[in-house]
Amino acid sequence: MDGLIYLIPAALFLGLLGLAGFFWSINHNQYDDLEGASYRALFEEDDIAEELENKEKSNPKEEH
Amino acid sequence: MDQTLQKMFKIEHFVVEGLHCPKCIREIEGTLSENTKIKNARVNLSTQRLAVEWRPDVDTSVEHSEEVISALEKIGFKAFPFNTSQIDKEGEKAARSLLYAMGVAGFASANIMLLSVSVWSGDDMNETTRTMMHWVSALIALPTAVFSGMPFYKSAWGALKGRRLNMDVPISLAVILTCAMSLFGTYMQTDHTYYDAVVMLLFFLLTGRYLDQKMRSHARSVAHNLMSYKVSKATLLHEDGNTEDIASEMLSPGQIVQVIPGGKIPADGIVISGISDVDTSLVTGETIPAKVEKDSEVFAGTINLNGTLNIKITATSGNTLLDEIIVLMETAEQGRAKYVKLADRAAAIYAPLVHILSLSTFLGWFLFSNIGWEASLINAIAVLIITCPCALGLAVPVVQVVASSRLFKSGVLVKAADGLERLAEVDTVIFDKTGTLTLGQPELANYDDEDVTPFNLELAASLAKTSSHPLCRALIVACHDRDIPTIATKSEIYEEPGMGLKATINDLEVRLGNREWCGIHASYLPNNRYSELWLSVKGAKPVLFCFKDRMRQDAHDVVGWFLRRKMKVIMLSGDRKDVVEEAAEELGLSRYKYSCKPQDKIEVIERMKANGDKILMIGDGLNDAPALRAAHVSISPSSASEISQNAADFIFQSQKLETVVRAYQVSVSSRKLVFMNFAMAAIYNIIAVPFAAAGLLTPLIAAIAMSLSSIVVTANALRLNFEKLYRSHEP
Repeated sequence: MDGLIYLIPAALFLGLLGLAGFFWSINHNQYDDLEGASYRALFEEDDIAEELENKEKSNPKEEH
Repeated sequence: MDQTLQKMFKIEHFVVEGLHCPKCIREIEGTLSENTKIKNARVNLSTQRLAVEWRPDVDTSVEHSEEVISALEKIGFKAFPFNTSQIDKEGEKAARSLLYAMGVAGFASANIMLLSVSVWSGDDMNETTRTMMHWVSALIALPTAVFSGMPFYKSAWGALKGRRLNMDVPISLAVILTCAMSLFGTYMQTDHTYYDAVVMLLFFLLTGRYLDQKMRSHARSVAHNLMSYKVSKATLLHEDGNTEDIASEMLSPGQIVQVIPGGKIPADGIVISGISDVDTSLVTGETIPAKVEKDSEVFAGTINLNGTLNIKITATSGNTLLDEIIVLMETAEQGRAKYVKLADRAAAIYAPLVHILSLSTFLGWFLFSNIGWEASLINAIAVLIITCPCALGLAVPVVQVVASSRLFKSGVLVKAADGLERLAEVDTVIFDKTGTLTLGQPELANYDDEDVTPFNLELAASLAKTSSHPLCRALIVACHDRDIPTIATKSEIYEEPGMGLKATINDLEVRLGNREWCGIHASYLPNNRYSELWLSVKGAKPVLFCFKDRMRQDAHDVVGWFLRRKMKVIMLSGDRKDVVEEAAEELGLSRYKYSCKPQDKIEVIERMKANGDKILMIGDGLNDAPALRAAHVSISPSSASEISQNAADFIFQSQKLETVVRAYQVSVSSRKLVFMNFAMAAIYNIIAVPFAAAGLLTPLIAAIAMSLSSIVVTANALRLNFEKLYRSHEP
């Protein structure tokens, strides 16, 4: 049973790590927009820049 | 304080209409990122809102938010400035602290369960190891019980101070006593401790509560969004003749505002110049527009129909209509506070019963056996543990979460926490007419008259096409319905505000407008029942077009549904006798009252309440707001005035009234389920209590019994999703 002396603190430490992660995610508004985030993962930053460039070329007057 | 904070970080919020897909996020954020004044723009798809953070060197003012709105308009989105209210923020804070408490309880129950399982299964475990396991469990459980139990202790303490009992009293007592007994047992090195049961109880209950809170704050935020769509700008008229657009809330008495045709009057005031008709249906329930001229009084929320008005604001001080309504609402509110929630009513029976049971267990063992006071006390507390109101505490919130989400999908927002419970008790339904049973849109009523020929309609439409007056638009709709072409005449059209239109077609002067404009004597075809438009062609007989408010498609079905269930259905309207009588006849209603002022509506409700009737009030106008508050429970359409929406317990977003029936059905079934859950909790207690009282309870049995009863209650609540809901017949 001596192993318990290491194993219980190890288990508690891992649990606390998870809890800390959970608190971090609450504090950083990770749960505010559950729908949008799933789509955001699919965006490519480069694509957006390219699209905007194309748009400017096609009708330059629109942007001021 | 919050506003200064918001200014410091320079973040502005907008509600964006029609946000659906990932493409919307990209377009909006991409477009706004080009604006050099904006540091960061982020769309929240769940709440349909946009947060714009300005660069620190930009000074925030109304003009900048205009920039965002117009930029979004260019790419086809309608955005409205959004003020985060105090209530919203407090709800968010409450949800967040529940989430913290739940996280801690979850962590604790998982870890303690690990230790407990090893104690239960480790028959060959020596006493020292077991005691160590118990101490480790205590080390985790006690701080958790303090932190995660706080929401329950606070509410229980509040109830006790007010000399009431709520569900949190037995919960708190069970948590505290179980902790105390387990700690004592750990100290005495006994076999049994109940740390796992305590934290698991907290975890289950907090989960239920968090979901309940989340669902309601979601409904509230959607309701809040709906209201933002109504935020109106006012056009301020300066003395030098210049105009400036400002938010309606910024107006102060004495200022002069200009209201263009079709615009909403932003505040109560007196007309100083201009002539027009004003649609007051949202305020008074009256369908015929009222004519206003210099020195007429006008009310906030009414719509200016056809002439530009300059209005001197008188509101915010003195006896405005709004003040009067707010006073009425406050009085009505007081009557309602007496309602006691179902869960608290159950607690009032349950708590004393359990505590007496536990006391008699103690006395029974102490007096009639020789096991001593310690063991007797342990058995008594075992009774408290096994009766721990886990299933009872979940019975209501779980059902409410399932019911609210079901209703949310049908387009009904549940705003009040106990709204569903109160709705289920209803035996009387009171409808407002204008805007509730009807759509609040005029429709051509006398198409059977011999004068109303397709030729006349086409001629009238050729003038009406250019006007934005609601009656003219109704005329165009009537033509579309009959496949009559509506082409604006090529000749020049002249519009006289408050009167009508004039054009010369084929060398004949054609007029479309009110009686006076067409030069018709008051005694010719007298009419004070419908809104009217006259068409006169020089040398020909004048033609009268009558308009009446259109019924909602399924108003008849819905009224019939309630009548068939032997409920009293009453219509209270601010409109005139003839109009109300006709509507009542169309709906098959025998009980109605016309020309009701807000006070009259309240009076009717109070009288019926005194007779013991439980009233559901359905209304939309400002004049309904006090009645919505006074009734047992209330529903408003999303087209209702802001104050009415605030007053109502439910809001429905549909064009159809059938959603009202659905809300009622769901509330009745959820009440049934709540009672069933209570019954199951009772049966479980009847089986389990004798074991505990006999001193046979082990921690393993306690843990299994608690989780099993919680799962059964939750599964039972989910059945609500399979309930068949009412669908009105398509006409």
